[in-house]
Amino acid sequence: MNRAVAAFRELQRRDRVFPFLQEAAPSPGLDTRHGPILYVEGISRSFDGFQALDDLTLYVDDGELRCIIGPNGAGKTTLMDVITGKTTPDSGHAWFGSRLNLLRMNEHAIAQAGIGRKFQKPTVFENLSVFENLELAMHADRGLRRSLFWRLDGEGRDRLDEVLALIGLEARRRTLAGSLSHGQKQWLEIGSLLMQNPRLLLVDEPVAGMTGQETEQTAELLVSLAGRHSVVVVEHDMEFVRSIARTVTVLHQGSVLAEGTMDQVQADPRVREVYLGEEET
Amino acid sequence: MGLRRLHRALLRPGVLNLQGSRAGPEVTGPAFPANASANRSSVWFARTGTFMHKSNWLTGLLLGLLLGAPGATLAQSAEERAEAIAEGGQQASDAAADGLAGETGEVVGRLATAEWQEVRDAIEALAEVGDADALPVLRALQDGRLYYDEADRVLVEDAADQSLRDAITGDDVEREGLQLSRPPLTNPIRRSLRPVIGQLQIFADDVQLRRAAAEELADRPQAAILPRLQDALEQETDGEVSRLLRIAVARLQLDDEDAGIRLDAVETIGAIRSSRLKGSLERFLRTDADGAYTEPDAAVRDAARAAISAIEQREQLSRLLSDLVYGLSMGSVLLLAALGLAIIFGLMRVINMAHGELLMIGAYTTFVVQNLFVLHAPELFNFYLVAAVPAAFLVTGAVGIVMERGVIRHLYARPLETLLATWGISLILMQTARTIFGAQNVRIVSPEWFSGSVQLMQGVSLSTSRVGVILFAFFVVGLVWFLMTRTRLGLEVRAVMQNREMAAAMGVSANRVDMWTFGAGAGVAGLGGVALSQIVNVGPELGQAYIVDSFMVVVLGGVGNILGSVTSALGLGVFSKFLEPVTGAVLAKILLFVAIIIFIQWRPQGIFALKGRSAED
Amino acid sequence: MAQARINRIAGLHGPAGWLLFLLAVAAVLVLMPVLNRVVSPESIFHVPNWMLTLTGRFLCLALVALALDLIWGYTGILSLGHGAFFALGGYVMGMHLTRNSYADGGVPNFIQFLGVSEWPWFWVPFQWFWFTALMILLVPGVLAFLFGFFAFRSRVRGVYFAIITQALTFGMMLLFFRTETGVGGDTGLTNFQTLLGFSVRDADTRLALYLVSALAVIGGYLACRYIVTSKLGRVLTAIRDAESRVRFTGYNPLRYKLFVWTLSAMLCGVAGALYVPQTGVINPGEMAPAQSIEMAVWVALGGRGTLVGALAGAGIVNGMKSYVTAVHPDLWLFFLGALFIIVTLFLPRGVVGLFQRVRGEGGRS
Repeated sequence: MNRAVAAFRELQRRDRVFPFLQEAAPSPGLDTRHGPILYVEGISRSFDGFQALDDLTLYVDDGELRCIIGPNGAGKTTLMDVITGKTTPDSGHAWFGSRLNLLRMNEHAIAQAGIGRKFQKPTVFENLSVFENLELAMHADRGLRRSLFWRLDGEGRDRLDEVLALIGLEARRRTLAGSLSHGQKQWLEIGSLLMQNPRLLLVDEPVAGMTGQETEQTAELLVSLAGRHSVVVVEHDMEFVRSIARTVTVLHQGSVLAEGTMDQVQADPRVREVYLGEEET
Repeated sequence: MGLRRLHRALLRPGVLNLQGSRAGPEVTGPAFPANASANRSSVWFARTGTFMHKSNWLTGLLLGLLLGAPGATLAQSAEERAEAIAEGGQQASDAAADGLAGETGEVVGRLATAEWQEVRDAIEALAEVGDADALPVLRALQDGRLYYDEADRVLVEDAADQSLRDAITGDDVEREGLQLSRPPLTNPIRRSLRPVIGQLQIFADDVQLRRAAAEELADRPQAAILPRLQDALEQETDGEVSRLLRIAVARLQLDDEDAGIRLDAVETIGAIRSSRLKGSLERFLRTDADGAYTEPDAAVRDAARAAISAIEQREQLSRLLSDLVYGLSMGSVLLLAALGLAIIFGLMRVINMAHGELLMIGAYTTFVVQNLFVLHAPELFNFYLVAAVPAAFLVTGAVGIVMERGVIRHLYARPLETLLATWGISLILMQTARTIFGAQNVRIVSPEWFSGSVQLMQGVSLSTSRVGVILFAFFVVGLVWFLMTRTRLGLEVRAVMQNREMAAAMGVSANRVDMWTFGAGAGVAGLGGVALSQIVNVGPELGQAYIVDSFMVVVLGGVGNILGSVTSALGLGVFSKFLEPVTGAVLAKILLFVAIIIFIQWRPQGIFALKGRSAED
Repeated sequence: MAQARINRIAGLHGPAGWLLFLLAVAAVLVLMPVLNRVVSPESIFHVPNWMLTLTGRFLCLALVALALDLIWGYTGILSLGHGAFFALGGYVMGMHLTRNSYADGGVPNFIQFLGVSEWPWFWVPFQWFWFTALMILLVPGVLAFLFGFFAFRSRVRGVYFAIITQALTFGMMLLFFRTETGVGGDTGLTNFQTLLGFSVRDADTRLALYLVSALAVIGGYLACRYIVTSKLGRVLTAIRDAESRVRFTGYNPLRYKLFVWTLSAMLCGVAGALYVPQTGVINPGEMAPAQSIEMAVWVALGGRGTLVGALAGAGIVNGMKSYVTAVHPDLWLFFLGALFIIVTLFLPRGVVGLFQRVRGEGGRS
């Protein structure tokens, strides 16, 4: 892990800028001239009478780092599912930029358009090595023919090595992902997300099961990603949210309860009642 | 290559009963002719014995069942005796042991001859006398059970126990030391026998016999017996018999020279609406070369027209109804075949490819129970099915539990491996059945009350066994419902299937529940086997025909949903029955598969989707 | 750890592996024909003609195993319907052979039974070999493509997919059993005379068929190997392990699955087409569900996801089948059934996995 810490120090150096962190991969068709990169308007979704999302409206600006908090069942994960195409809402709109209608796109098309997602439970390709996991995630043509005749070029190899160093898994590049520890899998998934280099990152509970030091590293990484990329973080850990948050959205019973800075949100009496109140007792 | 056999089996009406085929070297177990000699069967038995050393538990299990009956090596002859008992039941009614009256007795005595002309004359004379008591003698003649000895005594052999009795006096006769000969039975004699038996039978006391005779007469009435028919019609008390007799009479009267009688006859037919007379009525509407009607009387023609349209209406209705009923019956067969799978696959998500073989074991258990009854309690033979039901449930359930404990338990997290392993089990079970019972189909005789047919309405009749299967299907569904909702096991099963960890935390042993659920599912499959044994051939490959169908039923109905399986099985049965006349049985089946695949496109969760978050994953 | 390694490509990575491969190729392509033709029939090393043909048939089945390994071992899609694709390839070839066995203008009995004295329209183009060759690929390919498209699109997976493929082959079998389908009904197609002008019973033709089968297996192996070691192969493995994750990474699994599924069906079609002239008969029994499941055990026994294992498994099971059915016909099903159970319970990585373990442990000690 010390290697990873060192890598982070490296990352913080002003004179040493990682090219892959500088610019997100281009997303053809993405239009963010109006400001927001993500428009979620009036989304409702119910499961067998249970209203998971209720007329939820949310905008995320290009380059923003947004935290979403809320008690269990507030609809955080369902919201992510709607954005990434896993779940179709009963009503409402979801646009990526002002031109791409997310509700009309498949999961893979959404991912190709530039939305990356890290799941709550780390999912890596267990029977592929760490290196191959990152190679698959690397931003490239996902077509059939390109995959069949794919050769990793020098530039790609450099990028891969950089990410490997960043997530501290250089020594285990040939290890099967399935035999990594839980924490290492988390890092590998974050690494995959970096290789994918999306315009918008959705990160679901990134620090669950991480040590304090790792949590800190993750926080630094996410903060450094913001600006060039847009990042949406769903998290339970209030300390963590406080350490990275610029804007916080509080979800409650499937809709937005409050939005603002951490201090504003904490001062809101309704939030206190439904969420922070529970936290404190 | 059993391919021809396979193809024949495919074309059998009703349920497509696939005998299963295996290209490449055909593997058959020791095949023995149905009436194996004692010597032969001891060889067979010795071979089965050697199998017991090196082969598996099931051989031992089934063999143990057989050995439970000391005379089990007589299994083959037991089958024959079972048939004899069942036939004996039907014949009992005419085995009246009273002697014959004077004139009848005298004519019957003339049958003791080797000259076929004399036999024919005697038959005609009996028709004139018209005494129904002569029926057993004629029937014995028809079946080749009639003998005469050197003293020209006419002797009748009993169908069931082969004992002899004197046809005229009715006394029992000792077979020992008699020189028996048979009267000749040539084709002309057979031909003249049939109407005479029909004529005599129409006056019999037994309604069943009268009905059978009336059927025959309604189809092939002879002008000569018209007065006799009218007599019979006057005396008749049974509704169905008099309906048939009226058909016979009307049919003869259609040719009457008097237009009034013809008109009456046509109107009678119109009122009866019997479709078998439609052809005779159409004759009236035909025209000859000059365009003139063959029937001169216009009133008769109009009546014929009206009668035909009435008949056609009735035909349409009854065709619809019989398709529906027959489809339901096919559906309930499917349902019985699939219910066990609905539990094992639907609730436990275990892919049991040996499901068909569980059906087969159920059917063979019925066979063994039948033979045990024949050997030890022939007087209770009619009730062997009642005993077979619990026996099949227990035997198949036990086999299921052994399967679960031995193999499936180790494969719960790996569905595809389960599929392959259970297929292996199915091969072993199939070959075991072949080794024990032979590669040929075994004979299962339905008890008397289970053979015959039930008339639901005029023109719509269904064999009793099929009606029984429908009722039995309801019974089994009820049983499963009871098991799953009203017993402790059902509660635990539902708990474990919904949330294993939680159930375990509440003190439910998931391991044990798995075992009992699998056992119960297998037992229900065994019940399906009992039902199948009554309507299809029982052989080692019985199960192969139903495995694909059963999976289709469960997948279509929605996995994990027993009500869905019920609906889809009945639906599939009716649907394919209505499709069959249009496309033929084979194409209907193929279309059904295509329809199911398309349906799954549209609703991946089956007919009754389980709503809620769980279904979303 | 051991579990995770199950499906890695075994062997043939290093120079030693390639040497072994070349030796095997030489044995099949050179040694067998030499032993058949050059060595005198009295010699103990002589390979009689029947053994050559038997080996040729095994090679065809090995190609089927390769195709099944590609779809099951690597992509995790168990097909219980590959018998249908195999038989379709066989039927296409059988139709070509039958069509040209009636050069004098007559038609076989099963056509006459349909009440016509002319070849039905769909038989006509099969007189040309080029058309037949095309159809050997297209008929199984198109069927697989359509079936796969609908099944994969609605995300039918795992055992559900396996069951539907079983229904597919069952339905096809019923269809081909019908005399009205016009391809021979329950007896199928047989009594072949000539192939491309050569008598199919001739020893030279048989040798040629053997060599073509061998080349097909070698070519198929190299093609499959190229695919599974490419990035596409890694996507396939990824689909097998975590399909939805692949989707969120931006790959469209439908395309990948459809590609490898169709390819696999086409390989099967080729295998069937080469198999039929060597056995002299094709009938609907080849489409029986049991046949297709047996194919799965070849792959499982050899070791899934290894290609070599599939080849070995097909050889082992069919070799045993030939032997056991000849010596103890009653025992074969017990044997096969036990094989299914033993492989799934005790040999999840198959024979290849067993070898690896032995070698691995030997290296450590």
